[in-house]
Amino acid sequence: MAVKNRKRMALTGNEAYAYAMKQINPDVVAAYPITPATEIVQIFAKYVADGLVNTEFVPVESEHSAMSACVGASATGARVMTGTASQGLALMHEILYIASSLRLPIVMAVVNRALSGPINIHCDHSDTMGSRDAGWIQVYTENANEAYHSVIMGIRIAETVNLPLMVTLDGFIISHEMEVVEVLEDQEVQEFIGERKPLYNILDVDNPITVGPLDLQDYYFEHKRQQVEAMKYAKEVIKSVVEEYNKKFGTDFPAFIEPYRMEDAEYAVLAMSSAAGTMKEAVDLMREKGEKVGLVRLRVFRPFPFEELREVFKNIKAIGVMDRADSLNTMGGPVFNETRSALYDLETRPKMMGFVFGLGGRDFPIEDAIHIIERVKALKEGKKVDMVEYIGVRE
Amino acid sequence: MAEKLTLNLKELSKRTEGLASGHRACAGCPFPAIIKMILGAADDPVVVANATGCMEVVTTIFPYTAWPVPWIHNAFENAAATISGVESAYKALLRKGKIPGNKKIKFIAFGGDGGTYDIGLQSLSGAIERGHNFLYVLYDNEGYMNTGIQRSSATPFAAHTTTSPAGKVIPGKTQHRKDLTEIVAAHNLPYAAQASPSHWNDLIRKVRKALSVEGPTFISIISPCVPGWGYPEHMSIELAKLAVETKFWPLYEVENGYYKINYKPRNPLPVIEFLKPQARFKHILNRPDLIEEIQRFVDERWERLLWLEQRKPEENK
Repeated sequence: MAVKNRKRMALTGNEAYAYAMKQINPDVVAAYPITPATEIVQIFAKYVADGLVNTEFVPVESEHSAMSACVGASATGARVMTGTASQGLALMHEILYIASSLRLPIVMAVVNRALSGPINIHCDHSDTMGSRDAGWIQVYTENANEAYHSVIMGIRIAETVNLPLMVTLDGFIISHEMEVVEVLEDQEVQEFIGERKPLYNILDVDNPITVGPLDLQDYYFEHKRQQVEAMKYAKEVIKSVVEEYNKKFGTDFPAFIEPYRMEDAEYAVLAMSSAAGTMKEAVDLMREKGEKVGLVRLRVFRPFPFEELREVFKNIKAIGVMDRADSLNTMGGPVFNETRSALYDLETRPKMMGFVFGLGGRDFPIEDAIHIIERVKALKEGKKVDMVEYIGVRE
Repeated sequence: MAEKLTLNLKELSKRTEGLASGHRACAGCPFPAIIKMILGAADDPVVVANATGCMEVVTTIFPYTAWPVPWIHNAFENAAATISGVESAYKALLRKGKIPGNKKIKFIAFGGDGGTYDIGLQSLSGAIERGHNFLYVLYDNEGYMNTGIQRSSATPFAAHTTTSPAGKVIPGKTQHRKDLTEIVAAHNLPYAAQASPSHWNDLIRKVRKALSVEGPTFISIISPCVPGWGYPEHMSIELAKLAVETKFWPLYEVENGYYKINYKPRNPLPVIEFLKPQARFKHILNRPDLIEEIQRFVDERWERLLWLEQRKPEENK
């Protein structure tokens, strides 16, 4: 993912998010602090206080009001951003659906943290997985560098499709760890994102419109149906925006999925976010032992890239799908469930099993990554395995 | 500052298209008239945010709208947060030159008592504390009328609602109303007031005053509810008037911390005159102890206002 000849900065994930927001210089940021995303708000507040951005910063009294103010602000045609984690995202839940149905391209930096209860401040994906049906585009990033660039791309994607978009990174693991981020120049960011061209503007007092009316049996369904079309359109736009970005800035970000050593792989693992980095290392180690194993990193969960997954897995015999959240439905996590559904129509359907790992920030060491690969190998060889296995937990 | 704060009926009639006819408010509901007065009172263009509730439901069923001004509904508890976002965007866009500097817009949020006293109190408090430039209009019909008449913290003592029913043992709501105007005034905002559609000139003056002030302002307006209170539909304005004449609903304002009662009934009526026409109180008409308790509460609140009013600004001493 190296960007050629770029300015390199040592940034934590949160600093990278905030730095991208500074370069985007949105019209309005309404936000509320929450561990481990607090730094995004406080760094941005300092940018405002130092006059480094020209943003109206609204330090609201809750995340519910953060998203509510974002909706009001975005309905004026303004460029609007926020950031949160975990309970904050849960408190926004009601308004997430309203933002997407009003087709407001709010861009939100989310730091993944386990949802209560019990209360916990560390990483898992239960927060954003809980928002998966809210009509937001969801981009899961592996490291601070990818998060930084994904926020900038996210503005273009969201404002082209007119859907809100969240970029996520793993709480503490990425949000608080310092890495090299290769940043763009302010001017490059501004040129790439351009001006927002809103669908409507409630400050246009000469052409008054009614936004968010009661919508009953005779129209609600059509409006929801249009959101499906918008998500389909988002797939095209994500692809073209990522391609344009890579071309313009010499990056090589994948649009939806990142295949890793999949060329001749017989079995594979599907992983997201920072755990994919650990899994790449494990795949390398197993490859050294002659194992024909590969990895696919899922970068975009909404819209769900089922076509890309079918293509990459069509000749694979066995797949292990990793979830850092559990649906508590007794059949694994959401990534496993949706991937199994996506591959159901393949003519040579692979065997599949799910792995739930890392809940509440439980460490995911390389030994566990290797163990997962070994279990998928056992599945491939026809040995008896459980449909869902829990990794790194005492039971 | 608006050129003058009062408008006569003739002037008012020329100022607004008002709310379009064909909305689905109940016959006799006073809030369409309240909206019309408020929109008519504004000199500058306005943008409205509306909490979920009767007003939102009856004025907008898609694909129709009764609103002649830009209007946004977000959810139940967040009209104040929503308008704070709209107002913040306005400020940012003005500063960035994305809208012309001479484009003056006023921001008004409407909420019922459920969306204001109860579920939206935090959002209102936050928006006032942050100092956004907006007017919050509470239309207070003293209950969750949109969902079918449930108690709110604005429902008066002893009133029957479906969640504070007048039963064989418990005679309606067992608590008095929360004093929201006082809670709002405690935010030290520039202007807060109570008004009634029966005293339309007072109401319009208050709206014009609120809109002429920089910073957050708040007006609480009594809005009798035909099905919720249980009275003949021609009586809404009369009941609002009775609320004022019995001192149940004092017309007053708090400007920069100084209180002023705008109307002191010369011969105030006993509160029973306000209660008597309403079905929600019919179970207590033979309970003088409960009526006395309501009267005691009304008198105590009034005395408190008189006491608060004694503190005058320097120039008026």
